[in-house]
Amino acid sequence: MYKGGKIIASLIIFAALFTIPFFYNMGKVNAGPDVALDTPAIQQLSDKQCVESPEFMRANHMKLLNQWREEAVRNGQTVYINSQGKEYPISLQDTCLKCHANGSASKVALSNPASSTTGVSNPAINESPEFCASCHDYSAVKPKCWSCHFEPKEAAK
Amino acid sequence: MKVLYSFITVIVLIIVASIGASIANLHYVFGIIIPYLAFIMFVGGFIYRVVKWGRSPVPFRIPTTIGQQKSLPWIKQNKIENPSSAFGVIVRMAMEVLLFRSLFRNTKTELREGQNGPELSYGSAKWLWLGSLFFHWSFLIIIVRHLRFFMDPVPFLVQAFESVDGILQIGLPAIYLTDVFILIAVTFLFCRRLVVPQVRYISLPADFFPLFMIMSIAGTGILMRYFFKVDLVAVKELAIGLATFQPVLPTDIGPMFFIHIFLVSILFAYFPMSKLMHMGGIFMSPTRNMMNNSRMVRHINPWNYDVEVHTYEHYEDEFRDKMKKAGLPVEKE
Amino acid sequence: MAPKVKLPKPGELSKIDFKTPATDWMDTPVEFKPGTYCWGAKEKDLLTLGLPNPRQWSPADEDWKIPEGWESTILDGIAERLSKYRSFKIFMDICVRCGACADKCHFYIATGDPKNMPVLRAELLRSVYKKYFTKSGKFLGRLAGARELNMDVLKEWWSYFFQCTECRRCSVFCPYGIDQAEVTIIGRELLNLVGLNIDWIAGPAAACYMKGNHLGLEPHAITGNIESMVDDIEDITGIRVNPTFNRKGAEIMFVTPSGDLLGEPGVYTCMGYLMMFHELGLDYTWSTYASEGGNFGFFTSNETAKRLNYKIYAEAKRLGVKYIIGGECGHMWRVLNQYMDTWHGPADFLEVPVSPITGTVFENAKSTKMIHISEFTADLIKHNKLNLDPTRNDHLKVTFHDSCNPSRGMGLLDEPREIIKAVCNNFYEMPENTIREKTFCCGSGSGLNASENMEQRMRGGFPRANAVKYVKEKHGVNMLANICAVDRAALPALMDYWNPGVGVTGVTELVANALVMKGEKERTTNLRFEDLPGKGGNE
Repeated sequence: MYKGGKIIASLIIFAALFTIPFFYNMGKVNAGPDVALDTPAIQQLSDKQCVESPEFMRANHMKLLNQWREEAVRNGQTVYINSQGKEYPISLQDTCLKCHANGSASKVALSNPASSTTGVSNPAINESPEFCASCHDYSAVKPKCWSCHFEPKEAAK
Repeated sequence: MKVLYSFITVIVLIIVASIGASIANLHYVFGIIIPYLAFIMFVGGFIYRVVKWGRSPVPFRIPTTIGQQKSLPWIKQNKIENPSSAFGVIVRMAMEVLLFRSLFRNTKTELREGQNGPELSYGSAKWLWLGSLFFHWSFLIIIVRHLRFFMDPVPFLVQAFESVDGILQIGLPAIYLTDVFILIAVTFLFCRRLVVPQVRYISLPADFFPLFMIMSIAGTGILMRYFFKVDLVAVKELAIGLATFQPVLPTDIGPMFFIHIFLVSILFAYFPMSKLMHMGGIFMSPTRNMMNNSRMVRHINPWNYDVEVHTYEHYEDEFRDKMKKAGLPVEKE
Repeated sequence: MAPKVKLPKPGELSKIDFKTPATDWMDTPVEFKPGTYCWGAKEKDLLTLGLPNPRQWSPADEDWKIPEGWESTILDGIAERLSKYRSFKIFMDICVRCGACADKCHFYIATGDPKNMPVLRAELLRSVYKKYFTKSGKFLGRLAGARELNMDVLKEWWSYFFQCTECRRCSVFCPYGIDQAEVTIIGRELLNLVGLNIDWIAGPAAACYMKGNHLGLEPHAITGNIESMVDDIEDITGIRVNPTFNRKGAEIMFVTPSGDLLGEPGVYTCMGYLMMFHELGLDYTWSTYASEGGNFGFFTSNETAKRLNYKIYAEAKRLGVKYIIGGECGHMWRVLNQYMDTWHGPADFLEVPVSPITGTVFENAKSTKMIHISEFTADLIKHNKLNLDPTRNDHLKVTFHDSCNPSRGMGLLDEPREIIKAVCNNFYEMPENTIREKTFCCGSGSGLNASENMEQRMRGGFPRANAVKYVKEKHGVNMLANICAVDRAALPALMDYWNPGVGVTGVTELVANALVMKGEKERTTNLRFEDLPGKGGNE
């Protein structure tokens, strides 16, 4: 007895399981999050440079944020000296969000990606200045920032 | 020695990947061509192997019966371990595949000198079962988790797996339970092969190689997550590029990524030509996936052929006189 | 023939060295130690069966007289079997060498020889398969666990495939169900292609082919043996039973292993059948042509097994019976349950078995039309159709040995227990990991119950004997019941060696001793002519 039908059916299931990503993404354009860097706040900067290099920031920003939190909350440090020896105030509000937000630094426009369960990532979002959400949604990483920090109301969807 | 061969092979692979990662011109090969080849070899090779098995028939119904058969109505049948229905077989197989039922039975035989001579005892031995279960389940969940790189938008189920896996919320990024489990389990399985003399004696280089590979893959993955960080958005762009057949090669992903994906590719390509095919084989094992109903339904052997036999006529011809003397009836006088 | 070897004392055999050899198993040559291997198959028996390469040879000789070009015979044989048996292909490919099977084998437990671990026994063949049938083995050779086929490998196969009793215990514990019995069966088939069988298998198989039974009993000898049992039954019960032979038109044909026709304690079980069938007034007949339930061909090759098994259905058809009852036997029931119908069915000339006494329809045998005596008897007892006096077995403290094949190749576990509990007042189970589906082999199964390998048999049976010893010490067990003719032949020697004072009995013998027959005289002895408790002079 061969049970050929059952074997073929099982193999189709096997192949289907392993090719899910191909079918799931079929017809879609590979558009990664394209964070718009020419916000008014950034335009006003003389030195268009984050606290560390963009390469470093892309991979390590969460570690830096964690380190800042540690310094500010536990050790009372308020100044960060970067790898170039330049000083920055340790402040999410005053340093990070000065650039990484729409409009003025005081008017925070951030959504809480943690509350976004749909995992939506569409090209439209890339035009939005939501620096955290666009990448974080794309790679389905939920930052824990907003479990402590105040979530700006005006940004709530 | 056997351990060393496998270890050196994996080290060489890591060196090759490091070279690939350090030369930008090779990124296309390591990031796109090799993963594609590996995927084709895995799926194609897996199907080839299963079809090859399937081309041989199961000539006899040979389930290993591990419980009471179906016989008289008042005798309680073990419907799962000695199934006589398709449902029983499905439950039996599910228990084997998902829970490693047979490994759960494992015992450890010990011989000791008792008061009245030698005594054999068969103690419970669940460590191998536990280690294997943690290892395989962690592996599966890790693979499902990785779908977040290959699917856009990321499906809820994948996110759900991830949040459960990271439920402890220790560290930043949060530690995945499966990362911890797979490292512990794979180390346990490796140590077992080294420390238990009988298991060491039967182990081949082909047994250590996948363990080293999986250790290295899990290791590079963890290093990449916590220590030598890579640009995840770039990684996802590459992965989605692969999955949409529009390969892109973002710059500056980070070398650890290339080592990781190269080792994964090698493991996938190696899979169908190795013992790792037990993944497919368990489903086709005739001692587990058959009903014990060969007295109820005739099992057909496609190559059943006529054999030379010693017929009753032959027999009577040889013994007719003796039979008659003994008062036995005969066909021919 | 080599001189008779002295059997070591139990204390020596139970000193087992589990240290692995210093050399890798591929570099550890096979050793032929007298007392641990069987004689080679005789020329005349291979001629009778028409098997390849008949000649006189001895495993102790350097030259095994294997024809030139044997390597390609073996390799072609492997290729053929890979194309015929999915089990073989899969079992060769998917073992991960986890070692779960290792200490489940009675031969490994009792010898400490790593090649007796089921995984390594399979690896003996797997290494050759890899070399010639897989790419990795071809290119990587030893690194992939592959090795060349040569005469040393062939001798190693012969040694270790005839140190496996095909009991399937390893298969219970294997996470993929890899069945070393299946590997051994195929390994033995390959060996038989170049004339490498053992005398104790080829002899009985040849006898069975020509004369209908393993013992080579000719028709008049069968009737004679049974007549003398009938005389004994009359002495004990005062009732003369009237078995018939080769009788056409009987409702039932009864087939039992020929081991029950000759020698103790098998004959007592046979007397039990005679008495019970007589008491029931069963319309049944014996056959002198199909006078063997067992099948030593099964230990040779699939084809030989099929050639021997042919007689059962052929004779049932010739006699025009309605169905068949099979006696107590182990591997016989593996063959009947998993092979016979596939080989020689459909048995559409027979009818679905119905007990003429209780009316029970044996749905579980509706295709094969052959039922086990324990199924038949358990049904009778459930319906109170037997008048039983279990106190006649009160001098016995009984434990039950599940035979490998009915437990792991069929699942006949509770039927004999039901019977024993009805006919004995003192029944004790051995420890859980040594009974039912986890039962240990007698150490002599699959044709290895010769006398020249007695040391190996006593080793192989050590785990079984040790479990009996446990209940002997705890409950005073003095009788080991079983449903297998090989057990009845092998276990007495095993018990005398490890647990003197424990007897061996078939389940039906216990039934017959408890059975109160209509019109019988006051019994003073059991079937063994031993005084009954409270009835005889000695008690």
